[in-house]
Amino acid sequence: MEFKNLKLSKKTIFVTWVLIIAFIIAAPSILPVFRLNLLGRYLSLAIVALGVDLIWGFTGLLSLGQGIFFALGGYCAAMYLQISSSSEFPNNIPEFFGLYGVDNLPFFWEPFRSPIFSLFAIWVIPALVAGILGFLVFRNRIKGVYFSILTQAALLVFFNFFNGQQKLINGTNGLKTDVTQLFGQMVGSESIQRMFFWFTALLVIAAWFFSKWVVKGRFGNILIGIRDDEPRVRFTGYNPVLFKTIIFSIAGGLAGISGALYTVQSGIVSPQFMTVPFSIEMVIWVAVGGRGTLLGAILGAVFINYAKSLVSEALPASWMFIQGGLFILVVTALPEGVLGWVQGEGPRNLLQRLGLKRKIETYPSLEIKNETEVLKNE
Amino acid sequence: MLLDSLFNGVAIGSVLLVAALGLAIVFGLMGVINLAHGELMMLGAYTTYVTQLIFKLPILKAYYNAYVIVSIFFAFIVSGVVGILLEKTVIRKLYGNPLETLLATWGVSLILQQFVRSVPLAYGTGLVISLIIGLFLPTVFSSKLKESINFKYVKFSSWIFAALAGVLSGNLISSSVSKLSRASARNVDVTAPAWMRGQVEILGTAFPKTRLMIIIITLISVIAITLFLNQSAWGMRIRAVTQNREMSDCLGISTEKVDILTFGIGSGLAGVAGVAVSLLGSVGPNVGGNYIVGCFMVVVLGGVGNLLGTIFASFGIGILTDLIGAGRLLSIWPDMPLPLSNTINFFATTSMARVMIFALIVIFLQFKPTGLFPQKGRMVES
Repeated sequence: MEFKNLKLSKKTIFVTWVLIIAFIIAAPSILPVFRLNLLGRYLSLAIVALGVDLIWGFTGLLSLGQGIFFALGGYCAAMYLQISSSSEFPNNIPEFFGLYGVDNLPFFWEPFRSPIFSLFAIWVIPALVAGILGFLVFRNRIKGVYFSILTQAALLVFFNFFNGQQKLINGTNGLKTDVTQLFGQMVGSESIQRMFFWFTALLVIAAWFFSKWVVKGRFGNILIGIRDDEPRVRFTGYNPVLFKTIIFSIAGGLAGISGALYTVQSGIVSPQFMTVPFSIEMVIWVAVGGRGTLLGAILGAVFINYAKSLVSEALPASWMFIQGGLFILVVTALPEGVLGWVQGEGPRNLLQRLGLKRKIETYPSLEIKNETEVLKNE
Repeated sequence: MLLDSLFNGVAIGSVLLVAALGLAIVFGLMGVINLAHGELMMLGAYTTYVTQLIFKLPILKAYYNAYVIVSIFFAFIVSGVVGILLEKTVIRKLYGNPLETLLATWGVSLILQQFVRSVPLAYGTGLVISLIIGLFLPTVFSSKLKESINFKYVKFSSWIFAALAGVLSGNLISSSVSKLSRASARNVDVTAPAWMRGQVEILGTAFPKTRLMIIIITLISVIAITLFLNQSAWGMRIRAVTQNREMSDCLGISTEKVDILTFGIGSGLAGVAGVAVSLLGSVGPNVGGNYIVGCFMVVVLGGVGNLLGTIFASFGIGILTDLIGAGRLLSIWPDMPLPLSNTINFFATTSMARVMIFALIVIFLQFKPTGLFPQKGRMVES
């Protein structure tokens, strides 16, 4: 049994893909509407988790502020939907403006009348904000814990801003999307939601392939180099600032797409997307699934959220304890995450400890796996 | 007017300072940011509440006015002990992995929040009492006993004694103070004793007494911590480990003990900050979250390894928050040009002031990335 270089045969991979695609196509007819909607939301969260994995798992930047970009994407989508279905309201502007006595559309809403602009804005604006924020921070070689708490502060700042601006973006109440129109139908209606589910599933797969492509090759190697020893990368002649900024804005863009998909499926975007706990939760999905394994991020996001909804339905008070325990347990006992553990030495160590598998004895004991294999082959 | 503004700023800054002091000391020493720091503050605030209710009992009624002073010590001990436990069980295992520590301490903060929601405060107090006894009882025995092989039994029996004491005191409190016997997620209020209510007039301006009290608490904590770090033997060891851990280890300083001590003191200071917070508003499970990001800003702005940086940063942020948040610039300079005054009005709420201050800090970091008073060194990583 060899897990480390687990090579699946082409046939297995093909069958797996067929099963996944069959499930996605069939899901709307198997699952009840409520569960389907939940699954769709969790799949959209998997996209932001992929971004977190790119910056944390591969580049070593722990961002506690991915919620900013997630919410920005959500707001872009919601603004388009609100404004495109505002023709029956006074002044041709979304209804909530009337509550605050605003007659003229704020200037930054105007471009969102165009669907094409909005489609781009959903990922370009978060990526730009991430790029600017990242550049300003990385330029000064601020990293590690400093970077984490700065992103958290940024998150709170954005939260305060969006929460306080009633007259611009409806403040605390957020923007509703489920009663708006898209292609002549209500966004909250079953047929549109089914379409969004398929679209989300498609985008998760696309984002997964994209992320795999990003971390492949020399670019990915530099990212891993930055994670493991940044000064050495710098002394070798690379500029880490550039690479960190690029990967941070990619993660921001992914978060934006994820936020938009989540918004249209949950029916509302509000500053609650920018609360501190939510952004840290994103990190724990990746940590549980497996850092540096892109598949782990997807599985972690879907399964932890599924567990959360199940536990919260049964025992509302205990989820905080479970989640807190999960944080502590994962970082102390399972730092590679579940998938990392399975792909690494984990299963073999377990079997050895249970006495089911013979220990590989080397003297002096070698830690590096490859050398062990070299010795065995000789 | 100006004095008023300055006073408000200093009052905001001094809460930040006590809270951030502990965070900064621990960060300087271990490179670890404790995300549960806010929850340790919350424990301090709840300790004040419990102390207040206990002082309302007939036996202690006569000393009711002194409960705030007593609760400062209690809060220091409660938060400190919880911090020591946290260091011994979680943080020590993650030494050298600051990002993992960040996540683990967040997990701890979630557990602490839910703990005060779902466990009656009386039994929570009992648990803390048993922790205090269990952690400190073994240290009072003579060193001769400690070295004997039977010491582990002594330790074990002292934990049993601690557990018994905890259960007994929990029951005692819950039967005598009915407010503490049921779990509740609702916010509670700490009422200041009579001598702390009202205002004092200095130079024609009225200052609320609670705020003055907070400033005094801050002053005492800062002086005490400075004296401790600069004059005592353990303070010297802490400074040595902060500057160079490996070398201190080689020279025979027990870095393990220094870590525990520093983490305990840092957490204890969070407890003291909790007392200050409880005097300002109502106390709930989320009370720490409101202050923690301000503390981060102080640590980022002030730099590590220097108390002066922390002091300047917290007062700077406090005064700026008041200046921007209350729109005081307008009243100081009434006839400024319209675009400028519009901008100032836009930012003239507490939450928008935070936005402005964050922007200012990011700009500041462009010029001084390592904070106000950076440590000098030639390390690659610095």
